[in-house]
Amino acid sequence: MALDPVKQVSGTGVFIPGADIDTDRIIPARFMKCVTFDGLGEFAFYDVRFDSETGKKTSHPLNDERFKDASILIAGVNFGCGSSREHAPQSLRKYGFNAVIAESFAEIFYGNSTTLAMPCVMAAADDIAALRAAVESDPTTEITIDVEALRVRSSSGLDFAVKMPESAREALVSGRWDPIQELLDNDAAINDRAKALHYV
Amino acid sequence: MGKSLFQKVWDSHRVGTLGDGRTQLFIGTHLIHEVTSPQAFGMLRDLGLKVKFPQRTFATIDHIVPTENQDQPADPLAAEMIDAIRKNCDDFGITYFDLKSGKQGIVHVVGPEQGITQPGTTIACGDSHTATHGAFGAIAFGIGTSQVRDVLATQTIALQEMKVRRIEVNGNLRPGVYAKDVILHIIRLLGANGGIGYAYEYAGDVFDRMSMEERMTVCNMSIEGGARCGYVNPDAKTIAYLQGRPYVDNKNFEETAARWLSFASDADAHFDDIVKIAAEDIEPTVTWGISPDAGISITENIPDPLTAPSPEQKASIEEALAYMKLPAGTPIQGVKIDVAFLGSCTNGRISDFREVAKYIKGHKVAANVKAIAVPGSQIVAIQCEQEGIPEIFREAGFEWRAAGCSMCLAMNPDKLIGDQLCASSSNRNFKGRQGSPTGRTILMSPVMVAAAAIKGEITDAREIFDLTESAAVA
Repeated sequence: MALDPVKQVSGTGVFIPGADIDTDRIIPARFMKCVTFDGLGEFAFYDVRFDSETGKKTSHPLNDERFKDASILIAGVNFGCGSSREHAPQSLRKYGFNAVIAESFAEIFYGNSTTLAMPCVMAAADDIAALRAAVESDPTTEITIDVEALRVRSSSGLDFAVKMPESAREALVSGRWDPIQELLDNDAAINDRAKALHYV
Repeated sequence: MGKSLFQKVWDSHRVGTLGDGRTQLFIGTHLIHEVTSPQAFGMLRDLGLKVKFPQRTFATIDHIVPTENQDQPADPLAAEMIDAIRKNCDDFGITYFDLKSGKQGIVHVVGPEQGITQPGTTIACGDSHTATHGAFGAIAFGIGTSQVRDVLATQTIALQEMKVRRIEVNGNLRPGVYAKDVILHIIRLLGANGGIGYAYEYAGDVFDRMSMEERMTVCNMSIEGGARCGYVNPDAKTIAYLQGRPYVDNKNFEETAARWLSFASDADAHFDDIVKIAAEDIEPTVTWGISPDAGISITENIPDPLTAPSPEQKASIEEALAYMKLPAGTPIQGVKIDVAFLGSCTNGRISDFREVAKYIKGHKVAANVKAIAVPGSQIVAIQCEQEGIPEIFREAGFEWRAAGCSMCLAMNPDKLIGDQLCASSSNRNFKGRQGSPTGRTILMSPVMVAAAAIKGEITDAREIFDLTESAAVA
């Protein structure tokens, strides 16, 4: 099962303000009443995009026409905290996001996103602020995330370093972001380990 | 240098190192529920794979089960999800505790009560509150649905090794301070993101004295502090709790128990970080914002953004107060509530209901408050019935329900309406968490929920009940 390496992601960006944006915010629990991940894209950030009483669009950045083609999500600290639901990165992927740049990420969300080939890179607060300013002053600003070199560059002239655990970087650039085949390949070692455990 | 429990469990479950540098870790016990598993079975079928160790996966339904009448799913989607897990367990030979088994309940309540949860094991579940099982000295953590697929197909996952932070709480808890207050206090101190990359080891005499159920309450909320797993070292209480339970090897129990105890952290174990907290500093704690680290003592005022140390924190407090519709700088006591929720994988066990039942006799839920009590499992519900607990709750004005996750995340019909404010024994106060996009949640211990229900407002339970002999850690 050869997977496409993810060495670079390019596109325009949108900044979503706030710290600790949890996965309930990304995909409210009622939209998890499903047995497939199909169709989750339209519900991404639903309850902050639509007024619960009137059903009208709010001033959320994802409702801003200028950002309708954005494919890189820019956020603050601890993005994706809370529930382990893979529905969250699935909904972002299906909404059209290909990468996330944030100050920091919650761990389970991070792993889930990497497995879906959606790189999540960590940037310094100042760099996030500069990138936000760039996309808000010109939403057509082209952003490139160089996963191999761990840098983010923008058509507005920004060029800064980002971080990512080496294992995630390696998994993405070598096309191993979904580990299932490698896990399966080690079947003999799995059986040995199982035999050594008293409770299995 | 000795090893921590984390290190011992990790080393004994390591299958190998993957090409990206991560560990392939054997998952000894896999728990599944109806919300995060159907897609995993779908992926498995798409890839033409089988379940490698069907006897090591255990299933139940909890998130979407109605608590008024368990047998009647609220809508066709809920029914479809229940049908899916039944079929998947049937097709692949997985043990399934369904509604008629008498053993159904919240997956994190069912595992321990069946004795499936055991020391020195690895436990994974597509649910972030899987750390609950760490109370037994297991390394237990939440996983995404693709990883549920990985466990089904290989009984392993790819995982980056964590660092270990030992959190020591020593001293004596004050009367009226419960396990829930201890974990809310820890999260407040270390932050919602403080535990990223760490496993938390909870140690010190406060945890030593805690019952297994209190330890579960603490470990349960590790993820709310950013730590994917948290644990307490196994001891005599762990052994006593597990002895005789259905999935324990009771025939060779002494040998089994000795092996379990051998996983406890060595006295000279290495820890990447150590945090020390004085038990006396912990007060009954409630949240005021939209993240579980937004905690204050019940005697404190709601924070004022004007005194925030940074512009980011000012904005964050403003956002939270705007959502919560709470005035800055005023006492949290006296804030009116609409709903009181007692239950969840954090506080839905027999000891939680026993403790509240002790104090609510002779009291009535305020007229304007809807109060619901939801046992964590069918077994908890039966225990409660045997002890006459539902009558005490009903007499006090609570609705007594059947087992499930209920209003913790409101995937079933139990939801807040509009901007109702809920005093809740659950684990998350996120925007919209309890089923209404504008609903508001204040987290607290079960006894504090009961006090709020009775007074109709956030209140100091110590002023309503005589908690001098409270059952929190003596």
